[in-house]
Amino acid sequence: MMNRRTLFAAVSATALLATTSFGLAQDKVYIPLVSKGFQHQFWQAVKAGADKAAAEFGVEVTFEGPDTEAQVDKQMDMLAAALAKKPAAIGFAALDSQAAIPMLRQAQEAGIPVVAFDSGVDSDIPVATATTDNAAAAGLAADKMAELIGGAGKVALVVHDQTSRTGIDRRDGFVNRMKESHPNIEIVDIQYGAGDQLQSTEITKAMLTAHPDMKGIFGANEGSAIGVLNAVKETGRSEVVVIGYDSGAAQKAAIMDGSMAGAITQNPVGIGYETVKAALMASKGETVPKLIDTGFFWYDKTNMDSPEIAAVLYD
Amino acid sequence: MTTAPTAPKINKASGAQQKLLAFASLIVLLLFFSVAAPNFMQTSNIIAILQATSVNGVLAIAATLVIITGGIDLSVGTLMTFCAVIAGVVLTYLGMPLPFGILAAIAAGAGCGLISGTLVAKMKIPPFIATLGMMLILKGLSLVISGTKPIYFNDTPNFYEISTGSLIGDIIPAVPIPNGVLILFIVALTIGYVLNRTVLGRYCFALGSNEEAVRLSGVNADGWKMAIYALAGGICGIAGLIIASRLNSAQPALGLGYELDAIAAVVIGGTSLAGGRGSVLGTIIGALIMSVLLNGLRVMSVAQEWQTVVTGSIIIIAVYADMMRRRKMT
Repeated sequence: MMNRRTLFAAVSATALLATTSFGLAQDKVYIPLVSKGFQHQFWQAVKAGADKAAAEFGVEVTFEGPDTEAQVDKQMDMLAAALAKKPAAIGFAALDSQAAIPMLRQAQEAGIPVVAFDSGVDSDIPVATATTDNAAAAGLAADKMAELIGGAGKVALVVHDQTSRTGIDRRDGFVNRMKESHPNIEIVDIQYGAGDQLQSTEITKAMLTAHPDMKGIFGANEGSAIGVLNAVKETGRSEVVVIGYDSGAAQKAAIMDGSMAGAITQNPVGIGYETVKAALMASKGETVPKLIDTGFFWYDKTNMDSPEIAAVLYD
Repeated sequence: MTTAPTAPKINKASGAQQKLLAFASLIVLLLFFSVAAPNFMQTSNIIAILQATSVNGVLAIAATLVIITGGIDLSVGTLMTFCAVIAGVVLTYLGMPLPFGILAAIAAGAGCGLISGTLVAKMKIPPFIATLGMMLILKGLSLVISGTKPIYFNDTPNFYEISTGSLIGDIIPAVPIPNGVLILFIVALTIGYVLNRTVLGRYCFALGSNEEAVRLSGVNADGWKMAIYALAGGICGIAGLIIASRLNSAQPALGLGYELDAIAAVVIGGTSLAGGRGSVLGTIIGALIMSVLLNGLRVMSVAQEWQTVVTGSIIIIAVYADMMRRRKMT
């Protein structure tokens, strides 16, 4: 008895959820995006951009990504499922570009154009790459930091991880710019908090304890930046200049009330939009530019409300 | 004096029934998805599902062994990563031939398993705590040893074949089942045999049913338990080789969370977390149910936030069904 009832329950639960999105449009051009993440606000903003393009061009778009940026194999499984659906083109943000190449070759053999987004793939398979120049963006953060602390003193970095392309590029971009252009600034510590707010808070508190004369801290992604901000608030060290990366409601509010000096923003909505647009063009056999620079901006209290900046910030 | 106690008859009967239930669920899922998603039932997608099962399946077999003894192993995911990193060190950093890398990965797994076993059996640390500690230690060591960077196997061209080559496909080109899947089935058959036909297997069940009775009958309970943890560790080493080969790299930051997928597969397959009851076949079916479900939902373009809701519901339904059935039997 139980067997049958269980099975029905399982199947009907699946069916119920499935019908909501299934059968929407089988004849529409279908473009899946396999991302590096899903639940962070940044990825949701990329998704919003992709959805915007989908509505504008009348294509069907799906957006998926693994729970953490370490799960390279889970991303492979998502890519495999996306390929099984015989899409017109694929958008792909590789966690490990080398590990992804065999699958991308499979797409190439099936004649499915691939558009890389967020981080590039070390291969000539993608017809285009829509991305931010992370090293240059972090370099701008370093210049702003130098300006805000008066060109001398101790600074530190809280980075999300030491293995991903964005983690490496932002760290190196910041550190190298300091070395080249601001020799009187000393980078006393670089720590990694997995982009986790709480972990980044604890790391920052330890840093502040170790260096009572710390002048500024750069948080290299949304979670890291919020962590730095929390630590500065909890320890009451409001003299420390905090610079963040990306946006989100908490960071925007902190910049508004002055507890964060400013932050670098990418253009996640633009990344999603340009990816779908390029994928659609490629699926029709049109030529697309190899590199689509989606840009980055410095924003602080003074320019947050300007239309140009407000358009790329997300909550 | 040391005649091994056999698992009570009732366990075997209920095990068979649970396997049947799980197997029927798997068939229903397959039928449902092949009707609901036109692209689901094609050879390349079925192979993708099997490949997605290979790592979780092997880890789940390791977890099954420990769970049958009444323990739990939270370190399977990061141990897998650690073994992959060891293979990377031996093959890429030291430049040794392929067989050494394979042996080193499995030996590292068995060694770490033995440490977990010693913590549990000799030092009497609860398995949950002992393997939680090992999970974190191994995660850290993987990052330390690899220098926090992925280790690529570009100098060992055959390494990639371990998981992605296809011996079956070489013989029958129509079914290019990847070697990683073949390895999963070989591990499953071997451990299935060990559990049902050997002394080690009988003690595995006996320790889970009534550890005190095993001790009182004069058996070296601690020794057998350590052997079981070591065997589970060695199997994690095999999983490490499969995943490293598939990604052609040892990814040091990966592994956390994989223990929960493995435990979920074990539980869906009808192995009791209380110990003393379980089977490898059930676990394999449990792992297949999870990857069929996830792949099917993806091919149907179900939004990702709903995919995890469905997976979670299936785990609860499966375990509840198992509990209800057992309550009826007693």
